[in-house]
Amino acid sequence: MTTTQPARLSAGLAVAFVDALRAEGIAIPTSGTIGYVDALTAVGIENESGVYWSGRACLITRPEDIDTYDAVFERFWFATGAGELTSSLTEEFTLAMDSDDGDDGADGERDDTQLDGPPPIELRFSSAEILRQKDFAEWTDAELAESQRLMRQLRFVGSPRRSLRLTPAPRSGLRLDLRRTVRSALAADGEPIRQHFRRRSSRPRRLVLLLDVSGSMEPYARALIRFAHAAVAGRQRVEVFAVGTRLTRITRELARRDVDEAIDRAADAVTDWSGGTRLGEGLRRFNRDWGQRGMARGAIVVILSDGWDRGDPEALGEQMQRLQRLTHRLVWVNPLKVTPGYAPLARGMAAALPFVDEFVEGHSLNALEELANVIGGAQDRRIGNTVFSQRPREERTP
Amino acid sequence: MFADDVRNALSSVGYLADDGLSTAVFLSMELHRPLMLEGDAGVGKTELAKALARWTGGELIRLQCYEGIDAAQAVYDWDYARQLLHLRAAEATGESSRQTSEALEAELYDERFLIRRPLLQAIATTSGVPPVLLIDEIDRADDEFEAYLLEILSDYQITVPEIGTFRAEQPPLVILTSNRTRDVHDALKRRCLYHWVEHPEVDREVEIVRLRVPDIAPSLATEVAQAVEFIRSLDLYKPPGIAETIDWATALQRLGAINLTTESISSTLGTVVKYREDAERINSTGLDQVVEHASRT
Repeated sequence: MTTTQPARLSAGLAVAFVDALRAEGIAIPTSGTIGYVDALTAVGIENESGVYWSGRACLITRPEDIDTYDAVFERFWFATGAGELTSSLTEEFTLAMDSDDGDDGADGERDDTQLDGPPPIELRFSSAEILRQKDFAEWTDAELAESQRLMRQLRFVGSPRRSLRLTPAPRSGLRLDLRRTVRSALAADGEPIRQHFRRRSSRPRRLVLLLDVSGSMEPYARALIRFAHAAVAGRQRVEVFAVGTRLTRITRELARRDVDEAIDRAADAVTDWSGGTRLGEGLRRFNRDWGQRGMARGAIVVILSDGWDRGDPEALGEQMQRLQRLTHRLVWVNPLKVTPGYAPLARGMAAALPFVDEFVEGHSLNALEELANVIGGAQDRRIGNTVFSQRPREERTP
Repeated sequence: MFADDVRNALSSVGYLADDGLSTAVFLSMELHRPLMLEGDAGVGKTELAKALARWTGGELIRLQCYEGIDAAQAVYDWDYARQLLHLRAAEATGESSRQTSEALEAELYDERFLIRRPLLQAIATTSGVPPVLLIDEIDRADDEFEAYLLEILSDYQITVPEIGTFRAEQPPLVILTSNRTRDVHDALKRRCLYHWVEHPEVDREVEIVRLRVPDIAPSLATEVAQAVEFIRSLDLYKPPGIAETIDWATALQRLGAINLTTESISSTLGTVVKYREDAERINSTGLDQVVEHASRT
């Protein structure tokens, strides 16, 4: 009986603390709260370090949330001024994505017409034809919304690689499938008449999109993020990052069916939308925190950027070199490539080019379709058993 | 038992945990929940499981995950070769014609033909001390595999359809590690306690070095730890982990170094950094810089 009183006390505090964390955007399931109450009872609520670390163990599941947790913890348990929290969380400047509202309206209307009856296919088709060629920079918000339908049609055929997983093979594969052989031997009075085989299966390579969201890319970024959403929605093993002055992982935000909700969430997560670019720094962070750990290993990494970079071009070149060594294929998509007379003069672009396997356009839907083919076709040269990557370095020059 | 007891016990078997990690381990034992560890390579995630096994006296059962791992390699499998032999033997003695095929099948799917893989081993242990189950690099396995784990880690039981259900008398201590090459499913994380393992602070690293390289001069241990801290700040391709620090200290001690000098660093650099670019970066920063940071008080 003596333990119920402190237990009840800590339950109330735990729930209030979890609420405060949730208010700052940390997702915590109810089971987390229950676990936290148990944990508090175990370590004792008067033990500051215990209270802190139990919360870290029970409520936090991503290192990205640790800073927020620390701030909320300070405020909640030590009640330092509430105003400090918000200011400490939104360091640097924040610019909102300006086309969001327009999108919402246009999309809502489209949904309504779909309810009323079948969509006017011919009209859509012709408008689609024009849209396909049009430079993203000239798109209206309504066209942007329309593009979603077209983006969805982009098929990311995953470039496969041989997997360790074994699947049944029709006959005389390389490995005997003993499990199935024994099963059929049973049916034949113990005589293994029929032999079954297995072989290595294949699975798509991971696709990593690094989207430049700096000011100079703004006209393209709003279309390209839809492309990223289509990729996440249509294919397994896709990761998306936004690169501006900092690196933000937006895979989870984009992994929603509803495109506008997905993009809203992504835009919320990216605090440096339409800010400056420090591509080299962004790539460094990617390499260090994600790429090298394994995310980029054997993957197809696509950088969507115009190559204007405020940082040191040498640093960018170094990070590109690191990245290229990890990847199966490194693709750079530059929407400006199509501009007449364009030469990769942006210093960042020039520094990065030597390490790029494919350099493609990305200014229109047609160009993106080509990109989808490049992503899918990345394996064509190495079908069969050739495991060594033969990067055709001569083809790289624009 | 409290978090401090956990820390003391771990340090007595050669693992120095900080407040956060020892609280997480304490809670994991107290609440019988798996502990998921994430962090850079070489911060001692796997080592923790080994230390736990040394401390509790439980058997360390390790499941190294890789792509394509499935129940047959992680939970249990049948010894098909022996099953086939058994079938042929039954046939040769004419037994198979006397037995019904059901009886023959029951004989084949008997516990003596069952191969226990790590997860089943951990659940079906009958010795008094619960084993330590290390599920290493879970992010390398396919996400489908997590579903198996989820079930096993919730109920600590495994059902083999042909035999029955194995239930753990005492739930094993479960440590999962991940390098974050992909997100582990939320449902699995929800089952687990979570701890992000950081590189140790200098003081703790000094202690670790002195614990693991017992003959080292205290001043050299401090210098090595401070030098490593400086090297980690150089934005290397692969910053040295604790294992590298220990290797380096061991190498220096074997070479009879008394303190860090540009010469002794230069001849042992290969134990700390494993990439040519990283060695170049340290050399271009200047070995005297490393010495200077190392001997700072």
